[in-house]
Amino acid sequence: MLFMPKNQNIKQDRQSWLWRCHVDLPLFLFIGLLMSIGLATVYSASGQSLEMMDRQALRFLLAITFMLAIAQVPPRILKVIGFWVFIIGLILLLCVLQFGDISKGAQRWLRIFGVRFQPSEIMKIAVPLMVAGYLSQGRLPPSPLRLLVALLLTLVPTILIAKQPDLGTAIMIATSGLAVIFFAGISWWLILGMLALIGSFVPVLWFFLMHDYQRQRVLTLFDPERDPLGTGYHIIQSKIAIGSGGIFGKGWLNGTQSRLDFLPESTTDFIFAVFSEEFGLIGIGGLLLAYLSLISRGLYIGSQAQDSFSRMLAGSITLTLFVYMFVNMGMVSGIMPVVGVPLLMISYGGTALVTMMLGFGILMSIHTHKTRSSYSG
Amino acid sequence: MSSYDNLRNQKEELRIYRNRLLVAVCLVLLCMLLILARMVHLQIFQHEMYSTLSNKNRISIIPEGPVRGLIFDRNGQILATNLPTFNLEVIPEQVDDLADSLQRLGQLVHLSDKDLQKFERMRQRERRFKQILLRNQLTEQEIALFSVNQHLFPGFSIELSEKRYYPQGDALSHVIGYVGLINKTELEKIDTSNYRATKHIGKTGLERFYEDRLHGTTGYSQVETDASGRVVRGPMEKVNPEPGENLHLTLDLELQQLTDSLLQGRRGAIVALDPRDGGILALVSHPGFDPNLFIDGIDSQSYSELRDSPDNPLFNRALRGVYAPGSTIKPLMGLLGLTSGLITVHTKIWDPGYFSLPNDTRRYRDWKKFGHGSVDIFLSIAQSCDVFYYDLAVKLGIDRIHSFMSAFGFGHRTGLDMAEEKSGLMPSREWKRRVRKQGWYPGESVNTGIGQGYWSATPLQLAQSTALLVNGGQGFQPHLLKASESAQGLTAFQPEVVETGISIRKEHLTAVLEGMHQVINSERGTAHKAFKGAHYDAGGKTGTAQVVGIKQNESYDVNKVALRNRDNALFIGFAPFDQPKIVVAVIVENAGHGGSEAAPLARAVMDMYLTGKKTTAIEPTAAEPEEVND
Repeated sequence: MLFMPKNQNIKQDRQSWLWRCHVDLPLFLFIGLLMSIGLATVYSASGQSLEMMDRQALRFLLAITFMLAIAQVPPRILKVIGFWVFIIGLILLLCVLQFGDISKGAQRWLRIFGVRFQPSEIMKIAVPLMVAGYLSQGRLPPSPLRLLVALLLTLVPTILIAKQPDLGTAIMIATSGLAVIFFAGISWWLILGMLALIGSFVPVLWFFLMHDYQRQRVLTLFDPERDPLGTGYHIIQSKIAIGSGGIFGKGWLNGTQSRLDFLPESTTDFIFAVFSEEFGLIGIGGLLLAYLSLISRGLYIGSQAQDSFSRMLAGSITLTLFVYMFVNMGMVSGIMPVVGVPLLMISYGGTALVTMMLGFGILMSIHTHKTRSSYSG
Repeated sequence: MSSYDNLRNQKEELRIYRNRLLVAVCLVLLCMLLILARMVHLQIFQHEMYSTLSNKNRISIIPEGPVRGLIFDRNGQILATNLPTFNLEVIPEQVDDLADSLQRLGQLVHLSDKDLQKFERMRQRERRFKQILLRNQLTEQEIALFSVNQHLFPGFSIELSEKRYYPQGDALSHVIGYVGLINKTELEKIDTSNYRATKHIGKTGLERFYEDRLHGTTGYSQVETDASGRVVRGPMEKVNPEPGENLHLTLDLELQQLTDSLLQGRRGAIVALDPRDGGILALVSHPGFDPNLFIDGIDSQSYSELRDSPDNPLFNRALRGVYAPGSTIKPLMGLLGLTSGLITVHTKIWDPGYFSLPNDTRRYRDWKKFGHGSVDIFLSIAQSCDVFYYDLAVKLGIDRIHSFMSAFGFGHRTGLDMAEEKSGLMPSREWKRRVRKQGWYPGESVNTGIGQGYWSATPLQLAQSTALLVNGGQGFQPHLLKASESAQGLTAFQPEVVETGISIRKEHLTAVLEGMHQVINSERGTAHKAFKGAHYDAGGKTGTAQVVGIKQNESYDVNKVALRNRDNALFIGFAPFDQPKIVVAVIVENAGHGGSEAAPLARAVMDMYLTGKKTTAIEPTAAEPEEVND
């Protein structure tokens, strides 16, 4: 059965070279599969631009390198690194709010030694590391005090990022932190209570905290026809692309919506619409299966982990991947508001990908740094 | 922590973790199912809708206008055609410096301020890669000058276009009518998909009545466009436009032109038709106008001139002019008298020059001051005796008159294939009650007997009633269309048969027609002089209809009455007498005597048609010593 820890004695006898390089083959294969699909789709969505595809392939290679690099780091060291990165990240976030660069109407960037980067990206990895590291030091499920601290560790960066404003990233970070807490085993009542709290927070969010354009996005979700040439345009075009794909799709390179410029962001956030148009329901089924396999592997790795830190971290990373997938697909198909979340390993672009790949590297690290004397039961 | 505690803790933690894991897996599966369900909804249940939208996004339909059908007379002469014209067009995107180009261009091609303004407005409205009209109808010189210098003007090109043209101008203006730019009201009535590439539509006359046939069917080609509307690929599917049908009319162009010239300097209408099939040979309303002015929108000055002219050139007198028929209806009235048995061919009455109703002192006068003496039906027609018909009409009563005359078409449209026809008025008791809220007075019957009073008819109705008469109470629906021509060939027009439904005895018909024969052949016939020397035998009836009433004891003095109050001159006739091939109805407004003013015109028309002899200038024949005022 999937969740029963295997007999590691037999496994360790093999000592395959993959294991020694800290590469988890199934994970690697699934990632490779998704990346290949991504390259093919980007090629089509970009209007058969070899240039774009090559650039993306290069990014993939770079990301894989990062993944393999961090896979070499054993989890206990990761815990320590996580702690310091979190602290630094928090400071940087504060700096951004104080004197950050504004680009595309959002204050997200910092310039250090002439290099521009987004501190919020760092927090995507730092938060789960920090929260998992903190909670694993005590008993699980955590005491109310420890729970509170964990929540704070999650929410402070979330709010700082939300103020930039960068709603998409803020949500992802909150998700990753909350996922850790979820896997820590807090009582169901508590979870319900928190959901209720979030629920009651929504009206506050709506009326006081959300920007107008963010509100527009949610309203457009329910009725894209309200603003067919403005905010609704994306969704309408996206649905047209998806719907016209049908069961079998129009075929690779035959998508009309993106080729003729009807679908904006067709290579980035809305690439799933291009995929659906060209490969149809069958293709979507296959893609979902690929993601499911990846997620299953991630959860399996978590179930096989030897300590609570690794377990919670694995669970959080995997769930984060899942949320990316779900939110993007939901957004593109019109059941969620447009929040600007890419479809990892398919969408063109690099920053979110690299962060996720680091996550995968951590998963590999967790899985391949097992000690013989671990408790297997 | 003791190692035992540690152990137990680990076990507990693992259990919790696996618990959560299960929940996580369920959550993941559920969400994926949700996504899948959404996709199924979009890609299966709404697939057709989105496919259509997807195509609608990218497939544009470019319409191609059909060529308008031509109109010919019965001998194949062109009456309405399409002339090629050349337009100067621009694609702004392809021009480097538009202002400079326009300035240089102005030296080769005349560009008025209006042209430039219109162009600028269009340019701001349309996409940069769309071709826009700069100047239409280039002259040959402009075409030549531009073509030679075309390489200096990238983005500019000469495009072929078509414009409707009426080569015969005035003479046919009231028959053919004209096309004009489609207006808002018309836009609501037509099938817009067939008019996507058409700017003009028939406005009056045959152009309007046969619009559907003349217009044809618009074709289209499918092209693929991107989000800006730029054509990316295509055409993928192409349906050729179907040209409009050509119309071959029953009109004779030479006859029409002659007829029009006969009315030169006067106001009036002439309708000539073939009683054997109802085909219209000539239909003239004078004065006419130049229909070419209206095609692309007439300029206000020209229009004001036409509209304000007291001669009403835009008014179609042949179809819409309603006049008192006057004495022209006497033959029919006589026929009614015979048919109803009130008189016979031998009946004679005494005409002292006036008529009075019983117990009434008012005298209805005959045109002949001291009367015609003893009058039978033949003389009553030949010399247009009024008293005979005053008496007859009173005896017949308005009800019988109304019923009989209605059967001969008075008070109804004839059904000609033109939209502008009026029905005139055949008065009746019922009509008087309904419209005037009064009963019918006997004196009104008196007037009706000689075609005055409320009775009004169009020249077309006069021609048609005459045709029905010469055919013995039946005939055909008058029509201008002889045949329509399409790619499949000629289709002849089948006119409907018209029956009066009145059974007319041969001897009665013969008598009436003989009376009409004597109008022309008898020495004292009212049209005798007009038909002197004719190479054929004819029959007819003159009419002089009052426009303004004359007081009891006054006499009509032409010089005293203002021109537009003078009597209208009318004439109906047919020839050859034995097997009539042509029926002519003439009205000349305010011209006076039918015999001297209208009959000669009919003679000229018949001359032309039957013998080919052309008489253009008509001198009114000298009046009789006693002025014929029938």
